[in-house]
Amino acid sequence: MRVWYFSEMAYHPAWAEGLKRGSLRVVFPNENLDPVEAHGLLNRYLDEFALCDEVGLDIMVNEHHSTATCMTVSVPMALAVIARETKTARLLTLGNPIANRPDPVRVAEEMAWLDVLSGGRLEMGLVKGAPYEIAPANANPARLMRRYWEAHDLILKALSTTDGPFNWEGEYFHYRNVNIWPRPIQQPTPPVWMTGMSVDTGRLAAERGHVVGTLLSGGLAKPMFDAYRARARELGWEAGPDRLAFAACVGVGATREEGLRRAHLIADYVRTSPVVAEPFTNPPGYNSIGANVAMLKAGPRAHRLVTDRQGNPIDHRSATVQQFMETDTVFAGTPDDVVAQITDFNARMGGVGHLLAFGQGGWLDHADTKENIRLLGQEVAPRLRAMHREIAGPRVAAAE
Amino acid sequence: MTRMLTVAGADLEVEERGDGPPLLFLHAGEGLAPERPWLDLLGARFRVIAPSHPGFGRSALPDWVGSVDDLAYLYLDLAAALDLRDAVLVGACFGGWVAAEMAVRDARRFARLVLVDPVGIKVGGVTERDIADMHAVSRQEFMRRAWADPARGAIDTTKLPETELAAIARGREALLVFGWKPYMHNPRLKHWLHRIDVPTLLLWGERDEIVTPAYGRHWQQLVPGSCLEVIPDAGHYPHWEQPEAFVRHVAAFAGCDACVSVTT
Repeated sequence: MRVWYFSEMAYHPAWAEGLKRGSLRVVFPNENLDPVEAHGLLNRYLDEFALCDEVGLDIMVNEHHSTATCMTVSVPMALAVIARETKTARLLTLGNPIANRPDPVRVAEEMAWLDVLSGGRLEMGLVKGAPYEIAPANANPARLMRRYWEAHDLILKALSTTDGPFNWEGEYFHYRNVNIWPRPIQQPTPPVWMTGMSVDTGRLAAERGHVVGTLLSGGLAKPMFDAYRARARELGWEAGPDRLAFAACVGVGATREEGLRRAHLIADYVRTSPVVAEPFTNPPGYNSIGANVAMLKAGPRAHRLVTDRQGNPIDHRSATVQQFMETDTVFAGTPDDVVAQITDFNARMGGVGHLLAFGQGGWLDHADTKENIRLLGQEVAPRLRAMHREIAGPRVAAAE
Repeated sequence: MTRMLTVAGADLEVEERGDGPPLLFLHAGEGLAPERPWLDLLGARFRVIAPSHPGFGRSALPDWVGSVDDLAYLYLDLAAALDLRDAVLVGACFGGWVAAEMAVRDARRFARLVLVDPVGIKVGGVTERDIADMHAVSRQEFMRRAWADPARGAIDTTKLPETELAAIARGREALLVFGWKPYMHNPRLKHWLHRIDVPTLLLWGERDEIVTPAYGRHWQQLVPGSCLEVIPDAGHYPHWEQPEAFVRHVAAFAGCDACVSVTT
């Protein structure tokens, strides 16, 4: 298992105000951000990413918009800095919200440029994005996945075509001379990742051989992972753990108490993420008809809940670390504790090759974050890496 | 009577009522709601033909249908397929936009055009919003803006059967296929409205806060010879909120040669 460190570069000084107003996103005015304070925080967070390279962790970056939960507005911009400050870490974008991007060829150019800059260390996530990203991008939520797949196909073709230019006159995107310079070191394309929470996404990712990642709920992850493996088998190949990724908060300490304390602060990432004004939580078209029927049936005041392993509902906005540990949202304690929890999780999931570790959740300070990263990289990751060493990580039919 | 009709390869669910002069009714973004009274009231005076837009009701949304232009041509094809002559074309809200797009193209089969609280044009500056952002407010706030009395339009979705809920969800998505960006309008339409060569009535709910009567006056100035009539105690859906008054206005307009009008 590979371990990836991840942070959203939160602007937590504004959280109290945003929580009071009921939305940390979209409608929360940016007068609540002090740009000078943001300057200090951004530089601090980038230092923390750089530290990952020294302790043997890989790195994941994502982006959100119009929010106090995440100041990363552009994965290529953040990774451009990180690529220069690191030497060996794999660099994962999870990801580029390509259904919200007007210009997929620009995305391909940026990804190729990063792959060249980093010496072929890029892992390229192409994601649907969260529902509340629709409004900042003003992307049409209707037929969103049709646009996603057209962008996906165009990006992979742009990255892998070496005898261009080629023509693209599709439903959503139009170019007559696609011929990106530079082209990526990793051919035909850097490894492709997707994200999802459903059985359908598991199957679709398997059909392309992409890595599929999910987050925050073992109960939801397992059916998607199973669907991936089953679909791969139908198509005549065996999906190893390296095709599957899971994101969770990880708090490690010299003592169990210290690990739990860190996890408690990191878990604010999960508690703050869903706090967004109602109309932006479910733009029509973003979720399936079936999911919308269920929501209409439940009525306007029902919140989406996940359940723990005993079937008890957990509200992400207010859950304790203990509750989060019951849903596999948090792994926490001493290095031994964390390795044991993840080993157990891995067995329950049937083998997961990538742990995407949320290691910074706003109020965890710089010293704590650094120590968490160090323990994760030096005490936890080496023992998890041994877990799937026998699997060589076959690259399957991606991007052909 | 409800039947399925195939027009230009698209399967449309069409509701029909009555046997008077023909009236093609294009529904609002909230859907046709055929169980509501206005179709029966119209049906007492007209032969009402009311399709569900592609993606609404049981009408299919073919992959190639993706814009209001497509809907306009589809309904012109429907009017031809049914051989409508001297028909009244009525479009409510989003359906009003569709009706206007039909009329600027080809109004041969229609003797009258009635646009009820239509969206579809942009008249203000770039930072002004002529059409309320219905997708940036809570359901409660949407109802407050769209209804003179929100209680009249309240629907308890927890009590509806799943087939109806699925139709609601499909319709909400389809509306955005047609109207997300530019939001609920066609920037070019206002430059085409001078082409409308059929007597036109703009009918407006006095308390509409999705598109206000002031926005309606811009429509009136842009559509040659049109008149604007306002229905009191009604919001964005006067046909739904004040069905008798709505039908009275439509019938009076359909029966006279020009705008004489019962302007309130």
